[in-house]
Amino acid sequence: MYSHGSESLIRQAREIQDSELQKFYIRLVKLLQFKEVSHELLDSLHRLYLILSANKYSRTLPSELQQSLVSLLSSPSEQLQVLSSAVLRETLPPFGEDKNIGQLNSHAAGLLLSQAGSKDDLPDLCAQLIRSLEIRPSDGPVPSLMHTLPLVNSILTHCPECLTADHLTLLNKKLVDWLRYASIVQVGGASSGGFFSGSRSRQPAPIAELDGTVSGDFFTVLCVGQGFTEDQWMNVYSFSMLRHWLLTHHCVSNDSMVVDTANRLQLSLSFSHSLSNDDRSEVDGSVVSMVSATSSSSRLLSPKERLREKSFQYCQRLIEQCDRKALKKTDTELQKACLVEAVCILDCLCAEDPSLVYRTFPGIKALFGRLSSDLSFARVLLPVAQFYLNHGEMAAVDCESVWKLVFSQFPAELFNDPFLAHDFLRFLRLNLEGLQRAAPQFTRFFPNFLKFLAWNSPAVLEDFVDLLPSLVTPGSAVELLHTLLDLPCLSATLVLQLRSTTLPISDPGSRSLLSLNAFRNPTFRGLFLFLLRTEAGSGDTIERLSVLHDLLAEAAEWPRVVQCAQTAPVLLHIYFNTVVTVADEKLLAHLILVMLERSNLLLNMPTYCKEIHRVFSCQLLRLCKLHPSLVVDQSSELLEFAGTTANVYSKEDVYTHVVWVLGEYLSPSSDSRCSVRLITSCFESLEAVLFEITSSAPPPGSVCPAPKVITTLMSALAKLASRSHDLIPRVSLFLSKLRNITKGGSVPWCSDEEDMVAIVTRGEELLSLLKTPGVAQSVLTPPPHVNTPRWHRDTNLALPLQLLALTTLTHSP
Amino acid sequence: MVRCFLIHTVCPVSALPAGESRLLYSRMFGPDEAVLTDQHRELSPEERRLLRKEKLSVVARQVRSVVSLTREAAGRVLVDAVPGEEALALQEADSGVMRLRAGDPFCEEASAVWLAVHSLAFTLVCEPHENLLLAEGSLRSLSRHCLEHLHLLGQGSEVLLKSSRVDVLLSRLLPHGQLLFLNHRFAQSLEKEVAGYMSK
Repeated sequence: MYSHGSESLIRQAREIQDSELQKFYIRLVKLLQFKEVSHELLDSLHRLYLILSANKYSRTLPSELQQSLVSLLSSPSEQLQVLSSAVLRETLPPFGEDKNIGQLNSHAAGLLLSQAGSKDDLPDLCAQLIRSLEIRPSDGPVPSLMHTLPLVNSILTHCPECLTADHLTLLNKKLVDWLRYASIVQVGGASSGGFFSGSRSRQPAPIAELDGTVSGDFFTVLCVGQGFTEDQWMNVYSFSMLRHWLLTHHCVSNDSMVVDTANRLQLSLSFSHSLSNDDRSEVDGSVVSMVSATSSSSRLLSPKERLREKSFQYCQRLIEQCDRKALKKTDTELQKACLVEAVCILDCLCAEDPSLVYRTFPGIKALFGRLSSDLSFARVLLPVAQFYLNHGEMAAVDCESVWKLVFSQFPAELFNDPFLAHDFLRFLRLNLEGLQRAAPQFTRFFPNFLKFLAWNSPAVLEDFVDLLPSLVTPGSAVELLHTLLDLPCLSATLVLQLRSTTLPISDPGSRSLLSLNAFRNPTFRGLFLFLLRTEAGSGDTIERLSVLHDLLAEAAEWPRVVQCAQTAPVLLHIYFNTVVTVADEKLLAHLILVMLERSNLLLNMPTYCKEIHRVFSCQLLRLCKLHPSLVVDQSSELLEFAGTTANVYSKEDVYTHVVWVLGEYLSPSSDSRCSVRLITSCFESLEAVLFEITSSAPPPGSVCPAPKVITTLMSALAKLASRSHDLIPRVSLFLSKLRNITKGGSVPWCSDEEDMVAIVTRGEELLSLLKTPGVAQSVLTPPPHVNTPRWHRDTNLALPLQLLALTTLTHSP
Repeated sequence: MVRCFLIHTVCPVSALPAGESRLLYSRMFGPDEAVLTDQHRELSPEERRLLRKEKLSVVARQVRSVVSLTREAAGRVLVDAVPGEEALALQEADSGVMRLRAGDPFCEEASAVWLAVHSLAFTLVCEPHENLLLAEGSLRSLSRHCLEHLHLLGQGSEVLLKSSRVDVLLSRLLPHGQLLFLNHRFAQSLEKEVAGYMSK
């Protein structure tokens, strides 16, 4: 595989000296003069490419060499075409004046496109390419058109406005020809002519279907033969670009809708006509199939409508062909890809012409019926679901079974298929609005959707960043929060679920896993089933969560679980950002309780717990800032939390923030319900904790509390005292005691000298502030207008107002 | 359509910082997007070339880390493959798809489909609406041909010194970035053509 040799080649290519390079150029120019394809020439060109491509900055080739390379582009040897275009691609444009695309081969044309200097170069290139499609056999030898379609398609991607109306018409016509009227005989037969022209004894063999039977209808990408004609190749190319063409075409030519409607009216008037005479399938003598027999007259259709009609037939036929059992495995895969493409094209056609919906739906329904029981077709069923979503309403079709399959079964059973996960989440992302209208119940399946994340977090995190906000609703908020916090448990459970099906119970590897035994144990079945639920609504969380955490303890080190745990904090932030926009105060109060409760109830992974605590701290602060009265509402729970000394050591971050919000918002100015009694009881709880942690060493196994916890507690006490002056002597006494203790040298609860100094300084500041209670109150509990000094910022509003007021004063008598 | 095809390393390379990937082959299709967007129109051709290269290495880097994480999560132990075992190596290859957000690194959103065979990854960056089932199949077939024709399982450096072989493979299997619906017969006839080229 990747060797040191390769690495040193790259280094050499980068470090090559200029003198050496010049010699190399001269040798190469000489080689090029011989006009023959020698091994040395090919090798040198390869090395030149390596030198150019391995370097960050481009190199300028001597003009003689550059010229020779340009002329190689039209060499009869494909090797030289390929190599010269590769080398020139690495140099800076323009590579030459010769831009006559008509004579350029595929490689040169690709080079020309890649080096287009601006958008203005594209229309010309596009026109030239399309012109080459118009060359008739009578005009001389027809160049191979195969590379033309991909090039045009590529230009279209970037610059759909390149196409003129004439181009559209021409391409529409050409695509119809290639799609619908490619030869239906295998190459290698005596005659490629039609039904009546070949001699009877040497009739060419007809093309075959993938299951080996003789094909009875027009040629498609699912037809096989010994060899293929140019137009059969064009059929492949045309179908391959058809969807993109329709998508682009659709957005370019909306203005032709009027003409379309007029044509359709005309069509309906002449609908009694039989199959039209100009239908080339008649001339070619192809067998008229079920599909083509149902086609309407195409004489009066515009090229665009004709393409629509033929595309419709093509897709219908492909779907029929996918029913056949392919002899080769690769063809079975291709059939699936064709189904996806056919359904997407039909979707696109129905969007363009809604009248097609009624003709299309029976087939789509049948396809769903056929495939829905086989999960190996899940990725085909997603486009089918998209079709139902886009057109189900119009056709008044019941979509319930589709949603049930997609939302309930797919994530539950296919969470470990990375491709399905990608397709599925993309489907959700792109259709959020449509789903909210057509299948609003989809958000209830969030426990199911999150399985994709729990299994393959790095690959799908981006999708969930976009999706999560839509899953947050007032009804689901609490359950969703619990579910997000339990993501690592879900990840572990999914691992166990897969292992329990793949590893036999007797397997020694499976027996050694305690968690796997627990997973198989009926006693704990309910716990795991709750995590694996597909739908929300069976309760926000479970009673015995800590049991589950114990059972999964060994999973804390599994890489998959660790990866999942790393993504949870990101999603939690997104969750809270959204929830504040949809939740009322009652719900937010509930969420605060969940945070307090869950800060102690997480799968035991130290880094994960720390990260989650950080999220909780930050979001708690934010919620209380937004709604200060939440603190009074939830004061008893917050106080209980803040009064538990153990929390100082185990949940330092959350604890500090709870203390801060209590000190800051437990005040009559935040909520009039805040009584002196409440302030006093809060003061007493915090005082007790502060006293406890500053009078003894930390419990065994814990480190000294951070100075931030202590200073926050001190400040909170001072704040509370400033609102109830009776408490001032108590806090002053405590602070002065603290000062005296620390004068005696080291203390068991603070190991760092600098920390100690910081604590003492804060204590002294508060102490002197509290000596003047009036000042203390205005500093520690400033009135709201001091906290949010809007007049400084709203210069546009405030200054003119003030001036206006002054003017009125000065001008008044 | 496909925007680019890459062959790059997903193993530690001594000369590179951890997490970096060495790009061994890269090919962008179609016009340079920097020419077409207002944001980058002012750039000189040299700067555009640099931007292109940077975008490709961003993709390679992102795929490399997803491959490592996927392998780590699955607890995969890589077994050395030797030349001649291409089919087996492909069968055991890890594969996946990754969303590339708009602006990171391409102007518009894209999907990167990757196939990691031992220390190398093959990556196709597709437009978002592209048929990924088809892309996955095409990537497999491209990777198989690359492994075989460039003897990637061996110790040689043909991927660097015979890069035109990849160009030719792409011109047949993925002409100008167009994914093709090729049934086994079409694929066989292309393979014959390619084999003819390689034997020259």
